[in-house]
Amino acid sequence: MKYIDGFRDPVVAAGIRARLDAVAAGLQAWNRPVNIMEVCGSHTMAIARYGIRDILPKNVTLISGPGCPVCVTPTSYIDTAITLAERGVIVVSFGDMIAVPGSSSSLAGCRARGGTVEIGYSPMRAIELAEAHPDREVVFLAIGFETTTAPVVAMLELAIRRGLRNLSLLTAFKLVPPALTALLSDPEIRIDAFLCPAHVSAIIGADAYKPFVETWKVPCVVAGFEPLDILYGILGILEQAACGEAAVANLYARVVTAQGNVHAQSLMAKYLEPVDAAWRGIGVIPASGLGLRPEYADYDAGRRHGVVVGLGAENPACACGEVLKGKQRPPDCPLFGAACTPDHPVGPCMVSSEGTCAAYFKYIVN
Amino acid sequence: MSEQTIQLGHGGGGLLSRDLIQREIVSRFGDGALKGLPDGATLPVPAGRAMVFTTDSFVVQPLEFPGGNIGDLAVHGTVNDLAVCGARPRWLSLALILEEGLALTTLRRVLDSVKKAADDCGVSVVTGDTKVVAHGQCDGMYVNTAGIGELMDGFELGVGRVAAGDHILVSGPVGDHGMAVLAAREGIRITHGVTSDTGPVHRLVQGVREWAPHIRFMRDPTRGGLASVLNEVVEGQATGILLRETDLPFSAGAKAAAEMLGVDLLQVASEGRMILVCAPPVSEAILKVWRGMPEGRGAVKIGEVTATKGRVILETITGGRRLVDVPRGELLPRIC
Ligand code: SF4
Repeated sequence: MKYIDGFRDPVVAAGIRARLDAVAAGLQAWNRPVNIMEVCGSHTMAIARYGIRDILPKNVTLISGPGCPVCVTPTSYIDTAITLAERGVIVVSFGDMIAVPGSSSSLAGCRARGGTVEIGYSPMRAIELAEAHPDREVVFLAIGFETTTAPVVAMLELAIRRGLRNLSLLTAFKLVPPALTALLSDPEIRIDAFLCPAHVSAIIGADAYKPFVETWKVPCVVAGFEPLDILYGILGILEQAACGEAAVANLYARVVTAQGNVHAQSLMAKYLEPVDAAWRGIGVIPASGLGLRPEYADYDAGRRHGVVVGLGAENPACACGEVLKGKQRPPDCPLFGAACTPDHPVGPCMVSSEGTCAAYFKYIVN
Repeated sequence: MSEQTIQLGHGGGGLLSRDLIQREIVSRFGDGALKGLPDGATLPVPAGRAMVFTTDSFVVQPLEFPGGNIGDLAVHGTVNDLAVCGARPRWLSLALILEEGLALTTLRRVLDSVKKAADDCGVSVVTGDTKVVAHGQCDGMYVNTAGIGELMDGFELGVGRVAAGDHILVSGPVGDHGMAVLAAREGIRITHGVTSDTGPVHRLVQGVREWAPHIRFMRDPTRGGLASVLNEVVEGQATGILLRETDLPFSAGAKAAAEMLGVDLLQVASEGRMILVCAPPVSEAILKVWRGMPEGRGAVKIGEVTATKGRVILETITGGRRLVDVPRGELLPRIC
């Protein structure tokens, strides 16, 4: 605990705040806020939980990005998963996913009607279930960013090695860098810097952000999840902005390296290849997802069960899409806190433990 | 085998059950009103005094955990409910639902703990009941206790009396009970360990009677922890609460376990702590008295009542503020 307390020291925090104020004062000349996007959902939660937005200098804005894997997964994916469960397939999912509303129901609703929907805290649950029910088909809902993709692929490799024939993946893996490119290319969104995710960066490596600093000239700072990690990260960004610099800075070197986890990268490359992917709110981004390579088509739940994740419409009442792009803050959504609460979520951003609307509902004072 | 475990016949009302009651219950509690096993207890209620009556059921799993078991927990839970109403706990009932197959040694340890805790709290077990259900129909054992206490003079408690500026005190580190049970259940071994805080708070209440008119509200933060109790205090009121994260008392063991399990300690139960809201001039005196008692050694002021309507706000270590939300759903099932 001493180790963690070191990243939660109020005296150090006060010191960083003073420096933040000083550097931000020098940025007044911009005559507009410095817009920093925190890409990762765990950062969004930690920022809310430690009240960090509350203490930032007035001319610094934190924008929550598309970093919650459940939130960016389109409604049509949930509809497809429900279809599979209704057909008698055992659907295995991470817990966050099951309360997310699809077009007409959620996986939790499907389970209440008798569908087999199992929650797995680890992908290995899918293997356990496939082995326990050799006469039934098991589908794992393979969503997530690079961090989650690696353990799911490790599970797939084990399943193949064990010769399991009744297990497949419904893939909707997403890649972080292409989403950042899409956001930077959107003329309606102005992002001055990225606070880069901690765990994703541990897989892809800090060097993965080099193209953004070179092409787009936006500072990219990798930071951990503790409050001081985040404050240091923001300070690092402001210091770059003040000097008119844009560089990749890795402030989470206790976990993240320049090259990332090369073993995980090669494991992913062995089984998966880039595919175009649909992001809720953003739309289809070329080569922003990962799908199974043709030689592993047998493990592709879509092909195996003849289902296609379509481009189904999103609920027009829910502003999640705008929230995910950082165009709207959750309280700007008319349903926020009224028709939409964690007990009765209308959109995924209110369900997920990393969702921006959930973070605001739970923690934000104003 | 038949000697060592509970059988269905132990609850049947016949010889076996008479034997069990005689050996295990009467031997421990048979001195006072229980003597001769009447159908009900006759109690000498002081004339003109208001009495407080409460009940609670205990289904904690595992039955035994670091720092206690379902037996002392069942005594403390009910004694504490009486105490924070401003009552002096006097009498308890004890009802047991036992599962066929429960080890007699476990039952004995639990009953020994009931006896020890009741003696320590100055309450007598005056009536009770034992039932046995078939294997699989309950989880080892469930316990219900009801308690009667005498209302002490001077206390006038209620959320309606809480006013802006009041101080919020807590008698020691919070969340240890919930984390100890959870860690025991999840089989987590933590270097520092975390031990349940199960214990009585009635002495803490009696110790501050002198300032009773200045005390607005008392509660033991059990299920839902500090977050639940404090939200209850301000719900629907014109007041709010501001807490400071740096002042919140948590033990190192509870912090380590909470970190590992991703739990917010503000929402975790204690079973031997109390929260007290009082007028500012008496808070220092109350803390001083509490700190002189073993169960109040870690007492601190954690925050103040404010004029922000209906909200509990935490000033975090960064100096920023966030809401302290009411826990949603059943966060930690079966911890008491
Ligand atoms: S508040 Fe609810 S409906 Fe509004 S954007 Fe968030 S999740 Fe969607």
